[in-house]
Amino acid sequence: MSTVPRDARAVVIGCGIVGNSLAYHLAREGWRDLVLIDKGPLPNPGGSTGHASNFIFLVDHSKEMTQLTLESTRQYEELGVFTECGGIEVARTEERLEELRRRMASAKAWGVEPVSLVTPAEIKELVPYIDESILLGGFHTPGVGVVDSLRAGTLMREWAVESGALQVSANTEVTGIDVEGGRVRRVHTSRGTVEAETVVIACGVWSPVLARMAGAFVPLTPAVHQMIDVGPVPRFEQSSKAIEYPIVRDMDVFMYERQDGTSLEIGSYAHRTILHDPEEIPSIEEAASSPTELPFTQADFDPQMQDALDLMPEIVGDESVGVKYAINGLISLTPDGMPLLGETPEVKGLWSAAAVWVKEGPGVGKSLAEWMVHGESHIDLHSSDISRFHAHQQTRAHVRARTTEAFPKTYGIIHPAEQWASDRNLRLSPMHARHEALGAVFYEAAGWERPQWFESNAPLVEQYGVEAREAEWDARWWSPIVNAEHLAMRDNAGLFDLSAFAIFDVQGAGALDALQRSVLAQVDVAVGRVIYTPVLSPGGGFRSDLTIMRLAEDRFRVVTGGAHGMADRKLFSDNLPADGSASLVDVTTAWTTIGLWGPRARDILGSVTSDDVSHDGFPFAACRTLELGSQLVLASRISYVGDLGWELYVPIEQGARLWDVLWEAGQPHGLTACGIGVYGTTGRLEKCYRAYGAELESEYTVVEAGMARPTVKEQDFVGKDAHLRHRDEEPAALLCTLTIDDHTSASGVKRYPLGREPITLPDGSPLTDAKGRRSYATSAGAAPSVGKHVLMAYLPPEQAVVGERLAVEYMCERYPVTVEVVGATPLFDPENARIRAADPVPA
Amino acid sequence: MKILVCGKRVPMTGGRIVLTEDEQAIETRHLGFTISPHEECGVEEAVRLVEQHGGESVVLTLGPPEAEEQLRDQMALGVDRAIHLVTGGEEWDPQATAAAIVDAIRADEAASGPFDLVVFGNESADSGGYQVGIRVAHALGRPAVTGLKGVAVEDGRVRCEQEVAGGRDVYVVPLPAVVTVKEGLNLPRYPSVPGRMRAKQKPVAATTPDRPQARLRLVRLAVPAGQGKQAEVLGRGPEAAPAVVEVLRGIGVVA
Repeated sequence: MSTVPRDARAVVIGCGIVGNSLAYHLAREGWRDLVLIDKGPLPNPGGSTGHASNFIFLVDHSKEMTQLTLESTRQYEELGVFTECGGIEVARTEERLEELRRRMASAKAWGVEPVSLVTPAEIKELVPYIDESILLGGFHTPGVGVVDSLRAGTLMREWAVESGALQVSANTEVTGIDVEGGRVRRVHTSRGTVEAETVVIACGVWSPVLARMAGAFVPLTPAVHQMIDVGPVPRFEQSSKAIEYPIVRDMDVFMYERQDGTSLEIGSYAHRTILHDPEEIPSIEEAASSPTELPFTQADFDPQMQDALDLMPEIVGDESVGVKYAINGLISLTPDGMPLLGETPEVKGLWSAAAVWVKEGPGVGKSLAEWMVHGESHIDLHSSDISRFHAHQQTRAHVRARTTEAFPKTYGIIHPAEQWASDRNLRLSPMHARHEALGAVFYEAAGWERPQWFESNAPLVEQYGVEAREAEWDARWWSPIVNAEHLAMRDNAGLFDLSAFAIFDVQGAGALDALQRSVLAQVDVAVGRVIYTPVLSPGGGFRSDLTIMRLAEDRFRVVTGGAHGMADRKLFSDNLPADGSASLVDVTTAWTTIGLWGPRARDILGSVTSDDVSHDGFPFAACRTLELGSQLVLASRISYVGDLGWELYVPIEQGARLWDVLWEAGQPHGLTACGIGVYGTTGRLEKCYRAYGAELESEYTVVEAGMARPTVKEQDFVGKDAHLRHRDEEPAALLCTLTIDDHTSASGVKRYPLGREPITLPDGSPLTDAKGRRSYATSAGAAPSVGKHVLMAYLPPEQAVVGERLAVEYMCERYPVTVEVVGATPLFDPENARIRAADPVPA
Repeated sequence: MKILVCGKRVPMTGGRIVLTEDEQAIETRHLGFTISPHEECGVEEAVRLVEQHGGESVVLTLGPPEAEEQLRDQMALGVDRAIHLVTGGEEWDPQATAAAIVDAIRADEAASGPFDLVVFGNESADSGGYQVGIRVAHALGRPAVTGLKGVAVEDGRVRCEQEVAGGRDVYVVPLPAVVTVKEGLNLPRYPSVPGRMRAKQKPVAATTPDRPQARLRLVRLAVPAGQGKQAEVLGRGPEAAPAVVEVLRGIGVVA
């Protein structure tokens, strides 16, 4: 029996589309001594690649997924294994038709062309065996196709072997992964042991089992996707190739139908959620067919047959056409529907390349290889970063709860603000009971329940004359109360629960240097100062943005958003010095944060402390501990809503008391409880504050975001060389703030874009910058104090001109917009008089 | 014609068979269920005979409640109705099985007329007792022919072809009769989707027969050595072609 090599630069476990592709791209990037292993035989080791339906629809509402899919398609074409056949997502309902209009917008925003909405008659012309009478229309993407993913994997693997960079060991089972000092060291297999400091788990549905061998988590679950194959179809018998007719996704019944040679393949996501335990997948020897092709459970598919019959009666209703093959195929599902990519936060050198489907496989292989070799990929992978999960999100129960909820929505219509219903109420702020009493509507962030708005503020809607939104879609997961709370805050003051912040203390003699290396801004400020800073990728793009308080010479408190908190924790941990002179302590659940902002904030705070909170005594960007009665409160005078006030930090068990003290003191001043709708959207947007993951992504530079400072600090930091280069270049795009001039749709209904819509020339032509990036609304929302609906977008320099008239495309209609701001100057209070207010601000 | 086909729910094996810890059963956690290939051919033959001669086909099984799945599978292929002798999932020996089937046949015949033909697989896929068909024929006093690869009905008689070394033995027996058939009798059809949908509506008459005192006792199961998937690598790339041709010649696909 052959044995695995004794040493490897990297071991990739798994010969599915992902492992093969990753090994290939690592070889292309110049890595040698690679080892690729699989417990199964080649070319089909028995994982999900082997039974995939292998079709690729190009457009997703997620930019990240669309980019990975487009890159994968490019590679499949290059390998000669892509057959273009077109694809149509069909609508049986008006609601779905609206969703397809939204698909049109996403296609334009991400640059997928051509696409079109087609009528039932046009669908019939493209797919003559369809019953178009039950359809209202469809979304046609001619560039949709099918691939031979096994062949693609084989070609890539063989290329890497022939280049001398890769050795492959099939029929080789991993029996253990050794970790020493937090770093992966070697992989034990049924064919010997291989020493390696980089190991990648690309094992699809088995990945959690492999990760656990090393003490790491790959939070996915195998789930069943049912497929049947019917044939021979008389109409297909003359086909000259495997697929001649467009693939149909019957979105409203969660099914798809595609030609496969002389057969019609019918797939379903309509059945009940059927999850499996990764530990319980049958072995290759035990499996009747392959381990990921489980016995078909007919009863689960029964209700779907009628739907298939209704849509394609000519074929499905043909008595001579038989069900030749039917499986419960295993696929990978994750708690948030995104892949699991990157180095695991638990084990250095142990990478995950899991929960990846055929349509994004080669794109993931390339992107991950770039990340491993260069520290970042050309596609921003932050939504797929495996380090994004908080501890509770890695549990089996959470994974099962969320995937059970999400599976029936595989082809669902998901509102951008839609909230999860399962596994809620896990992380409750100390003020939770107060919020409930105020009628809080809770949204979830990083497991925390956060008030989005308070129903008890409903009377403010009338008081401020806030208009409701007419279109149900625009008004879903939204309330006019948000805008009313905003205006009340601007008039008086607002009180915010910010418990979802992730908070890390970085301390020790080496803390300053470690932070200097990690972030763009100068960290060596006076004790008692707070800074806001972007965190850059090696290529000078955005990896995060956050604030840092200098609490002592050798102690800093990093505060960042909960959603991205765990990825930030890994990033800062990775930058700690090897000599142990600095350490990072996650104090997220030791501290809770309350925000107090508005023109009366100083009056309110001043009424409960004898400490000096005057402008001179407590200037902007200062942080200091105050005595509020018997509470010691760390106050930080900054604001993400653009008003006078403080973030107030107390030990978490004192949060409720602090809320009560401020609430009571605030009553004479008109203090209003405000939700995250104000904090995250309205307050932020009218101040043109950028958000990570929206405006700030690794594919945009600090200069493009309008956030370059006059000087660059002397000290070295990640991304510095690239940043210096960007400062000398003409930016390819500039982040601008736009407002909508007219909301009225053709049908006379006022519409309010929600974000991610294409920004176009007035005639609808898309805008593409010199780097090939489309202009789209990175964020959208109300600016109540300005009385406008605001969009932010990166525009090419020619359009990034104040006063420029453009359009936003929403649900296939164009609405005129005007560029209001180029760069970071706030739309509201451009002088920042409020934040920096020395004296009370006139309301 | 009125034809009865009998089948037994068995695990759909394909990989290495794993036994439960007590060695009393096959571990079926990862397995689907089916009837034996012999019985599938029996069903196909029954459906074809009714298509040719008119009449009714009925499928019968003795097995646990889950065996209804197999009855529906057979009805999806065109069988008209089903008789389910529901057990608690325990194995019935051939004698007890035959007795229960004889009772069910008599009851059905009393209600809706005699079966012209009762069809069994030559042996079940799991226990392989080779007995039930013969025992039923004996009890009913009807002629039985076993191991058939050809069945034709004409003029109140059934022409039976039995595969033997060097050729075929042909028997012609009068109806009503009992036959046991073997894989290769015909090429069973796949169910159509409309067939599947109709099968959901077709009647299943379920009764719970009393299980007589078992006269056979299962001591334990054992998996024969060398069982499981056995793949031979014939070669790689174009060099493998001659070996593949040899195999195809061997099985008679290529002259």
